[in-house]
Amino acid sequence: MNHLDLLTIARGSALNWALIIFAAGVALRLFEIFGLGRKVDLAQPRTDSPGSGWRTMFTRSLPPQGLLKREPVTYIGGYVFHLGLFATILFFAPHIEFFRAVFGLGWPSLPSALVDAAAVAAIAALLVLLAHRLTNPVKRMLSGCGDYLAWAVTLLPLLTGYLAYHHLLFEYTLMLSLHLFSVELLLVLLPFTKLFHTFSVFISRWYNGDIFGKKGVAS
Amino acid sequence: MKRIAHTEVLPGSVGEGLQQRGVTRREFLKFCTAMTAMLALPPAMASVMAEAIAKARRQSVIWLSFQECTGCTESITRSHSPTLENLIFDLISLDYHHTLQAASGEAAEQVRALAMQDNAGKYLLIVDGSIPLGNPGYSTIAGISNYDMLVETAKGAAAIVAMGTCATYGGIPKADPNPTGAVSVSDIIKDKPIINVPGCPPIPVVMTGVLVHFLTFGSIPELDDLGRPKSFYGETIHDRCYRRPFYDQGKFAQTFDDEAARMGWCLFKLGCKGPVTYNACATTKWNDGTSFPIQSGHGCIGCSEPNFWDAGPLYKALSMPVSATASMLGAAAAVGAAAGVAITWHNRATKTTAKAAHEKVTPQELLREEK
Repeated sequence: MNHLDLLTIARGSALNWALIIFAAGVALRLFEIFGLGRKVDLAQPRTDSPGSGWRTMFTRSLPPQGLLKREPVTYIGGYVFHLGLFATILFFAPHIEFFRAVFGLGWPSLPSALVDAAAVAAIAALLVLLAHRLTNPVKRMLSGCGDYLAWAVTLLPLLTGYLAYHHLLFEYTLMLSLHLFSVELLLVLLPFTKLFHTFSVFISRWYNGDIFGKKGVAS
Repeated sequence: MKRIAHTEVLPGSVGEGLQQRGVTRREFLKFCTAMTAMLALPPAMASVMAEAIAKARRQSVIWLSFQECTGCTESITRSHSPTLENLIFDLISLDYHHTLQAASGEAAEQVRALAMQDNAGKYLLIVDGSIPLGNPGYSTIAGISNYDMLVETAKGAAAIVAMGTCATYGGIPKADPNPTGAVSVSDIIKDKPIINVPGCPPIPVVMTGVLVHFLTFGSIPELDDLGRPKSFYGETIHDRCYRRPFYDQGKFAQTFDDEAARMGWCLFKLGCKGPVTYNACATTKWNDGTSFPIQSGHGCIGCSEPNFWDAGPLYKALSMPVSATASMLGAAAAVGAAAGVAITWHNRATKTTAKAAHEKVTPQELLREEK
């Protein structure tokens, strides 16, 4: 099998299966989470704070005061990684073509050099965050295999994409295939690992905001 | 630089042929200099090459055409003006070529047998077209199957040049579902040096380059892992494309012949396969260096890559899925949702069972247990 054949599989059947598992997995997890439900809260709400959940979805996305001093690595690393990742996924022209092909929706892209810089920043942030996770006793204690797996499968698409774009390590067609395979691995694992926070983060933020609002800590 | 004196011209040599056709020494050296550059040889090799080619006896070449469209022969022979490449091609001793020879039938086959006998172990075998293994009757010449003719002719060849994508990788005849069981030359011949010159058709100058290299050094040029001369197939079309800067800037043509396409913006979104296609189109160009497909506004279709015909739609960008659709995702999500409902139902049933099995414990009972 030559490299172009490998790329055809990566763009074809492998991608189809990864997307099928991803879509089915995400739907399954969401139904499972919502289906579990919560016990009816019989307590009288302490404050009447309508919209507390919705507001929290937004406010929790902003850094709380004092975090920069207390946790500078997590603070800066977290933002740099997430913003870099979003810019890379959503504003690289070839990626937009992917979304256009599947969903029929497209939008303007950023210059490739800018996206490249964003990817480098995201990779660097991931490396720093891993080092911090390994050296910080609290983070280390809290981390399990799932965390390291999530870290690795997130790094791989960024790294292989960077290497492919710059024609490093392997020949371009092979590297591009590896990039697609790494994305497919991420898609398959996302619904079943901590990476599912991609979908659940705003749900849990709404819930936290709502429950705290009822307990008198309105956002 | 050593002069090629006319007195040095040997009878029956390439040099003699060039002289008879009125090619000046200056023109010939210019050609050799261009060739050394294309073959990525040191500039000083130009004079060595000139001398070697001029002195070379006319190289015996047998050209076999199997499952092909004659596009490769057209590519080599139909230039707009009689170029030096053409002359060099004319000056090889093309002993057998179905399309170009005057002889036919038995007479033609006798010429082939004679050339094989006279130049045993020395002739160059050029093959264009794929070889059907499904049924020998799919393609025959003078009643001889392509497979038999290839095996027989390859035996005494010094080297084999597989011309065009069909001979190198099977090409269009091999495309799914490959009705004839087409294979490439290298799928059959394992014991001879094979130079793959893919392309549909291949660039004429690549062919000339390979011939010149063989005439000069008596050996084949350095090849990559797909058997292609590295000097011509070392880089992708994309990397040498004049539209490349626009790719880097994120400037793309949205449709064929829109303003952006005419301004030279990148054709990636229109399905250009330049990033994964190794060939020299962007540098040597076609029709005496006039243009190449991307320059005329059409993306590269990747014709010099193995199995390019089955490598996804020609007009879909490389980053687009080959066949994934939103409806496929929707169906998968529906299945996932159904599974989620089933799990929810199971979880609720577990909860209900647990609730039903729950026994209330009174403080008295707890106190009794403590005792």
